[in-house]
Amino acid sequence: MIRRHLPFATVAVIALVAAPLLLEPFRLGLLAKYLCYAIVALGIGLAWGQGGMLTLGQGVFFGLGGYSMAMYLKLAEGGGLPDFMVWSGVEELPALWVPFANPVFALGMAVLGPVALALVLGTLVFRQRVRGAYFAILTQALAAAMVILLVGQQGLTGGTNGMTNFFELFGQDLAEDSTQRGLYLVVAGVLGVLYLATRQLVQSRYGRLLVAVRDGEDRVRFLGYDPALVKTVTFAASAGMAGLAGALFVPVVGIISPALLGVVPSLELVVAVAVGGRHALAGAVLGAVVMGYAKTALSEQFAGGWLYLQGALFILVMTLAPKGVVGLAGRLRRARTT
Amino acid sequence: MLELRDVHVVFDGFRALDGVDLTVPEGELRFLIGPNGAGKTTLIDVITGLTRPTAGSVRFGGHDLVGRKEHRIVRLGVGRTFQTSVVFEELTVVENLDLAASFRRPLWSLARRRRGVSEAVAEALARTGLEELAERSAGVLSHGQRQWLEIGMLLAQRPRLLLLDEPVAGMSGDERERTGELLTQIAADHTVIVVEHDMEFLRRHASTVTVLHEGKVLVEGSVEQVSADPRVQEVYLGRRSTDAVGNRP
Amino acid sequence: MPAFLNQLPIGLSIGAVLLLIALGLTFTFGQMGVINMAHGEFIMAGAYTAFLLGDLLAALPVAFLVAGVMGLVLERAAIRHFYRRPLDTLLLTWGVSLVLQQLARDLFGAPNVQVPAPSWLAGGVGILPYNRLFIMGLAVAGVVAVWVYLTRTKLGRRTQAVVQNRQLAATSGIDTGRVDMLTFFIGSGLAGVAGVALTLIGPVGPALGTYYIVDAFLVVVAGGLGQLRGAVLAAIALGLLNSYAEFWSDASLAKVIVFAVVIAFLQVRPQGLFVLRSRVLT
Ligand SMILES: Nc1ncnc2c1ncn2[C@@H]1O[C@H](COP(=O)(O)OP(=O)(O)O)[C@@H](O)[C@H]1O
Ligand SMILES: [Mg+2]
Repeated sequence: MIRRHLPFATVAVIALVAAPLLLEPFRLGLLAKYLCYAIVALGIGLAWGQGGMLTLGQGVFFGLGGYSMAMYLKLAEGGGLPDFMVWSGVEELPALWVPFANPVFALGMAVLGPVALALVLGTLVFRQRVRGAYFAILTQALAAAMVILLVGQQGLTGGTNGMTNFFELFGQDLAEDSTQRGLYLVVAGVLGVLYLATRQLVQSRYGRLLVAVRDGEDRVRFLGYDPALVKTVTFAASAGMAGLAGALFVPVVGIISPALLGVVPSLELVVAVAVGGRHALAGAVLGAVVMGYAKTALSEQFAGGWLYLQGALFILVMTLAPKGVVGLAGRLRRARTT
Repeated sequence: MLELRDVHVVFDGFRALDGVDLTVPEGELRFLIGPNGAGKTTLIDVITGLTRPTAGSVRFGGHDLVGRKEHRIVRLGVGRTFQTSVVFEELTVVENLDLAASFRRPLWSLARRRRGVSEAVAEALARTGLEELAERSAGVLSHGQRQWLEIGMLLAQRPRLLLLDEPVAGMSGDERERTGELLTQIAADHTVIVVEHDMEFLRRHASTVTVLHEGKVLVEGSVEQVSADPRVQEVYLGRRSTDAVGNRP
Repeated sequence: MPAFLNQLPIGLSIGAVLLLIALGLTFTFGQMGVINMAHGEFIMAGAYTAFLLGDLLAALPVAFLVAGVMGLVLERAAIRHFYRRPLDTLLLTWGVSLVLQQLARDLFGAPNVQVPAPSWLAGGVGILPYNRLFIMGLAVAGVVAVWVYLTRTKLGRRTQAVVQNRQLAATSGIDTGRVDMLTFFIGSGLAGVAGVALTLIGPVGPALGTYYIVDAFLVVVAGGLGQLRGAVLAAIALGLLNSYAEFWSDASLAKVIVFAVVIAFLQVRPQGLFVLRSRVLT
C-alpha cells in the first residue's frame, strides 16, 4: 500500500512544497503553465491511451474553458466594455457575454460547456460507430473550424489576438508574485486530485471496460454493454478536464488566443502524451511537462531548429518507443531484474 | 422460446438466408450443421442483432429481436461466441470473466474497484477449469483455453440462450473431449444452439440437429434421422464426411 | 442574382482542388488505411515546383513526379512499418510534415510567394474565369485517369484486390509491397498536381497544405472508404457548401456549418456515401 503510493507522494511533495520555495516567480509561472497542459494530457491519456479514442480536438475544449474564464476576467475589471470591443467598434456588451460576469457561471461553463459539447458530439459520432481514424479526423476538423470561428468573430472574441491584459482574479492582483504562487498551488492541486481520480477510474471495473472497448468494441457490445455510451462518457470527462485546464491557464499565463488551441496545439499535446507513454497516466503528465519545457527552452534558442527537432522526435518515438518514455523505463527495469 | 419465421437475408443480391423457420424450445441442446457458406453464422448474426434480416421475424421469450441493438439483445439473455474467439488480451482471465459478469450493473457503479471474485465468476472459472490461470493475462492462453474462456464469459452472464459458433474448430482431440463435457454440463441447465461440422462430435453430444443448406433448412431431427436422410448425405455428408475426418488432428 | 452565381465557380473550383487532394487521400487513406498528415506538404511541394519552373503546363508532370517520389520515399522509409498501427502513422507523418514545412521555410523563405498565372488563362466565359475552369478540367482529368487506372489496367486491378483482401491478394501471388509503393506514389503525385492548381487561385507558402488537408480528409470521411464516386460527390458538395456558407452567413461560420453538415450526414450514412462491404469483427 505504502510502496504503491510512494512515487506519487514524492512527486506531490516536490511539486507542492519544493517548487514554490525554490523556483523564481517566472519559472514557477512556466511550470504552472506546463501543469495546465498536463491536465489536458491526463484527459488525452484517459480517452486515447485507455479508451482508444484519438482526439485531435482537445484544444477546442481547452479553448472553451479558457475563453469562459477570460470573459469573466474582462468583465470583473469593471470600467465598461472590454478593451478589444472598444477597438473593434462594439458599443454594447453582447448578450452572450452578460452572464459571464458571474464567476460561478463562468467557471461552471468552463467545465460544463466542453462536457456538453463532447456529450453531443460523442453521442452523434459514437452511436453511428464512427471510430479510429474517422473520429480523429472529425475532431481535427472541429479544431480547425473553432479557430476560424474565433478569429472571425472579432467583436465577441478579440479575433486573432484573443484576449489579454487581465489584472485581477477574485480581487487579487494577478501581477503579484503571491497571487501567482497561489495560482500555481491551485493548478498543482487540481492536477494531483484529477490524477488520483483518473487513476482510480482506470483501475476500476470501468477502466477494464474502457480497455476492452479500445481493444474490441464490437465484442464488448456482445457482452451487453453499449460501447457508444462508455466512449461518450469518457470523451466528455476528458473534455471537462481540458476545459478546466483552459480556465486555469488564462490567469496563469495571462492570455488566450486562437493560436493556443487550434489543430497544431491539439496535436502537440497528443504527441506529448505519446512521448511520455500513452498507456500510463503518469506518462501523459510527464510528457506534457517535458515537452512544454523543451519547447520553451529550445524554441527560444533555435527557433526553426525546434521544428526539425520536434519532428524528428515524433518520428523517433513512434518508430522506436511507441510506448513512450514510461514504456522504455519499464523495459529497462525488466531488463535489469531478469 | 426462440422462434424464427421465414427469415431472409440478402447480401448484394446473394441470398444468404432464404426463408428459414426455426423453433428451439426451452432447455434444448440444438446442433446446427451445414456445409461452409450454408448460412449458419449468418443465422446467429440475425438472432444476435449483428445482421438485420431483409424479411421475417425473430422472437425470443416474447420479445421481437429484429431491429434491437446488439447489447439490448444480450440483456434479454441471449449470449454468443464467435467463430474466431475474441477475448481481451490486455486483461487477465478473471478480469475478462468479471467484465462479462458485470454487464447488468449501472455504469456509475463500475467506477469502483473489483474486490475479490463474484459468485458468477467463480462458478464460470470452476466450470471451465480455468481456476489455475485466473490471474494470467488472457493473451497467453492457448487456442482451446481461449474458447473456454469465451464460454466461461458467456456462463458468467447467466444467459437464457447460448449460441456457440464452432466452439471446437481447431481444437486438439483432448480439448474437444473436454469441450464436449462442458457442453453437456451447460446444456443441463441452459438452452444452447451449437454450430458444428464434426460428425463424430455430433454423434456423441447432439440431441436434435438442424441442417442448413444454401440458406434453407434442409432437415431437422435426431442425429440418426438426419444422417440417414439421403438429401443430407448428398449435400453435406457425401462431400464433407471425409473433410470432417480429415479435419481431426 | 449575379453575386449568388459568382459563388458557383468559386465553390466548384474549391471542390475541384479538394477532389484532387482527396483523390490522393482515397488512395492512401481509403485504400491503405494510412492517415498521412504529410499529404498537405506534398501539395506544398507541388506548388513550389510550379513556382520554381514558372511554367504551369511543365509544372504539372514535374510536380506529380516530385510529390510522388516524396510519397514513395516516405512509404518505404517509414509508413510501411506502421500498417498495423494506423493511428500512430498519423502522429509519425505529422512529424514529417513539421520537418517538411520548416524545410520549405529555410529553402524558400517564410513569406508567401506568388506564381504568375499564364496569360492564356486571363479572362473567362461569362461567370466562369478560365483559371477556375482549368482547375475543374484538371480535376475531371484526374478522376478519369484514376478510374481508368483502377478499372482498366492490370496494376489498378491488383491495387483493388489488395484493398479488398490483402491476405488473399498476397497468397494469390500479388506483390503487395510493390502495390503499396505504387499506390503511395500515385496518391502523393496527385497531391503535387493539386498544389500546382492551387497556385492559380492564391499565393504559395510553407503552410499551404495545412489549409486544405483537413477539408480533404473530411471529403474522404463523407465520401466513404476508398470510393471514387463518393469522393467526387463529397468534394463537390463540400466545395459548394464552403463557398455558399461563406456567402450566406459570414466566412467564420462556414467551417462550423460544413462540420455540422458532415456530422448530420454521418447520422444518415455512418459509413460515408458508399462503402465496401466487409465482414470483420473488430
Ligand atoms: N456481410 C456479408 N456480405 C456479403 N456476403 C456475406 C456476408 N456475410 C456472409 N456472406 C455470405 O453468406 C454466405 C453464408 O455465410 P455464413 O453464414 O458465414 O456461412 P457458414 O457460417 O454456414 O459457413 C456465405 O456465402 C458468405 O460469403
Ligand atoms: Mg460460419
